[in-house]
Amino acid sequence: MKRTIENVESQFEMFQIINEDGEIVNQEAMPNLSDEELKELMHRMVYTRILDQRSIALNRQGRLGFYAPTAGQEASQLGSQFALEKDDFILPGYRDVPQLIWHGLPLYQAFLFSRGHFHGNQMPEGVNALSPQIIIGAQITQAAGVALGMKKRGKKAVAITYTGDGGTSQGDFYEGMNFAGAYQAPAIFVVQNNRFAISVPVEKQTAAQTLAQKAVAAGIEGIQVDGMDVLAVYAATKDARERGINGEGPTLIETLTYRYGPHTMAGDDPTRYRTDDLDNEWEKKDPLVRFRKFLEGKGLWSEDEENKVIDQAKEEIKAAIKKADEQPKQKVTDLISYMYEELPSNLKEQMEEYKEKESK
Amino acid sequence: MREITYLEAVREAMSQEMRENKDVFILGEDIGVYGGAFGVTRGMIEEFGPERVRNTPISESAIAGTAIGAALTGMRPILELQFSDFITISMDQIVNQAAKLRYMYGGKGKVPMVLRTPAGSGTGAAAQHSQSLEAWMTHIPGLKVVQPSTAYDVKGLLKAAMDDDNPVIFYEHKLLYKTKGDVPEEQYSIPLGKADIKREGTDVTIVATAIMVHKALEAAAELDKEGISIEVVDPRTLVPLDTDTIVESVKKTSRLVVVHEAVKRGGYGGEIASAIAESDAFDYLDAPIKRVGGKAVPIPYNPELEKAAVPQVPDIIEAVKETLNKRITTHA
Ligand SMILES: Cc1ncc(C[n+]2csc(CCOP(=O)(O)OP(=O)(O)O)c2C)c(N)n1
Repeated sequence: MKRTIENVESQFEMFQIINEDGEIVNQEAMPNLSDEELKELMHRMVYTRILDQRSIALNRQGRLGFYAPTAGQEASQLGSQFALEKDDFILPGYRDVPQLIWHGLPLYQAFLFSRGHFHGNQMPEGVNALSPQIIIGAQITQAAGVALGMKKRGKKAVAITYTGDGGTSQGDFYEGMNFAGAYQAPAIFVVQNNRFAISVPVEKQTAAQTLAQKAVAAGIEGIQVDGMDVLAVYAATKDARERGINGEGPTLIETLTYRYGPHTMAGDDPTRYRTDDLDNEWEKKDPLVRFRKFLEGKGLWSEDEENKVIDQAKEEIKAAIKKADEQPKQKVTDLISYMYEELPSNLKEQMEEYKEKESK
Repeated sequence: MREITYLEAVREAMSQEMRENKDVFILGEDIGVYGGAFGVTRGMIEEFGPERVRNTPISESAIAGTAIGAALTGMRPILELQFSDFITISMDQIVNQAAKLRYMYGGKGKVPMVLRTPAGSGTGAAAQHSQSLEAWMTHIPGLKVVQPSTAYDVKGLLKAAMDDDNPVIFYEHKLLYKTKGDVPEEQYSIPLGKADIKREGTDVTIVATAIMVHKALEAAAELDKEGISIEVVDPRTLVPLDTDTIVESVKKTSRLVVVHEAVKRGGYGGEIASAIAESDAFDYLDAPIKRVGGKAVPIPYNPELEKAAVPQVPDIIEAVKETLNKRITTHA
């Protein structure tokens, strides 16, 4: 029996295209991306790293609220989103704000989400996504439902959902994959295995050696990808998307990655549960460093270019915060009015009570 | 006596019991070196080791199910749900399993577990991390439900809960963790089902739970300046409920205001009001019973709106004044 398990695991060896030195190690799998597209990937990763730094600073100044740092996970987040089309539907976790932004959520709205302002969760027309899920696992069964709807309507699109290594312990994770598998629905389940669920290391989360192998029991495709290699993540997602829209069912993608920062900005101190050695080991795999080397090797990237992105990011962030500040404040009457399509009579009473208070 | 925080009192109650009884162990998310989301178990893994302070995979359903299995076979688990909102995910295990097994097994089998979990708003944790869902639990025969409001009470009630052979849902209020009080160093037990009169008075009875006990006491102090004498009763446990103490208080004051943070509609205040309506205290009432509870909205993230969604001291004062101004007129 043990032998069978080992056999399973050996089939989920990490898929990689470029290594830590920016060298191509898997030419065959190299995705067909133009120079412009390659540069765009780098642009997005640099931009998102700056956004992370600024968000942390803004949080510390009290100008942002809830924030889950993203540095280290750019390749996992942006490589997978880059493989999507506008019609594809994202069901993110709380750390997956960058994917939403590149899928069309305006930056100021992302900031409003952080502040708990409703407008941050009001997806603009044509942005196919839910706002970030806070309850671990809940988005995964919902993704099966979104994918089912797409299939039923004959749409050539996929539902993609994100969770962490910790999220794979929830019943919802298995149940969602199983549902999508049973219906051969076009869903992609991305598990960003950043090695820690708050303080709990992945080794304590499961006895399975890979998370990708969890696809086997659901009878769906599964792949483990180097989550610090943006091209590998892109290629795996692109492939999963193709299969999805061709009626070949869902895919589980495990990306091996790392979060450099704290779990969230609400007082986590990672030194309580992580060692410097481990931090250093992962920083060597950094997705930006490696992709920069790759692009520089092709003569596609320079310090100048990078600085331009940094400046652009900083300026746009400043403007977006300003715009977020200008949003009208929420009122109690707003809270009440959003709850039901039509206000039930008891809430009408509450509404009147607060309208009066607010008019004073 | 020595002063410690509510949080320290919870930790001390568990640690003392674990030193005494090898069958007691804790399981929950991030309760190891991290010390739990609020730091309640901090330092405990160092003393008791990872077998007795068990970090779990993120699965509230499995945390509850595992605790039940362990309890059925003689262990005495304490499970910590990181936020009480996540009880939704463990609901089958709690409602259809833990609460029912002794009964369905004809008394041959028991589930001596304590489910500890932080509840309530006030920390800016938004709609899915701030609820007060205790009334759900009180509706389920087979469970006991505890809501301590002070450091002294939390230690004694937790001891009683750990000693109890039934599943106990033990709600800790997030905002109370840092509050301090006199707490004996030795172990002691406060029986489940014994209310506490937190302030004696003669004009109006306020029955308040958890954080609202403190708001009621603040309101009472304000009203005292106007010559209004308030009695504040803290039931401490919702199941079993010490109806007698509440009835006696209402007979004395003839007026009742019930206050809880949970949404008023369907909240436990309705149960308390009904208990009085059914009792001989009903004849003593000089004014209709007044309930003060949370607004029928999810808890907002914005701190100002968050406050507006749950009762505050002025709301309690207003309710007291309404009961004082509104006499029940008897038609002779
Ligand atoms: C149902 C539920 N249980 C617990 C939590 C508390 N919690 C928030 S994040 C987290 C860890 C999640 O880790 P992982 O899935 O690995 O994602 P990561 O944060 O590493 O991206 C926990 C336990 C929650 N939000 N929802």
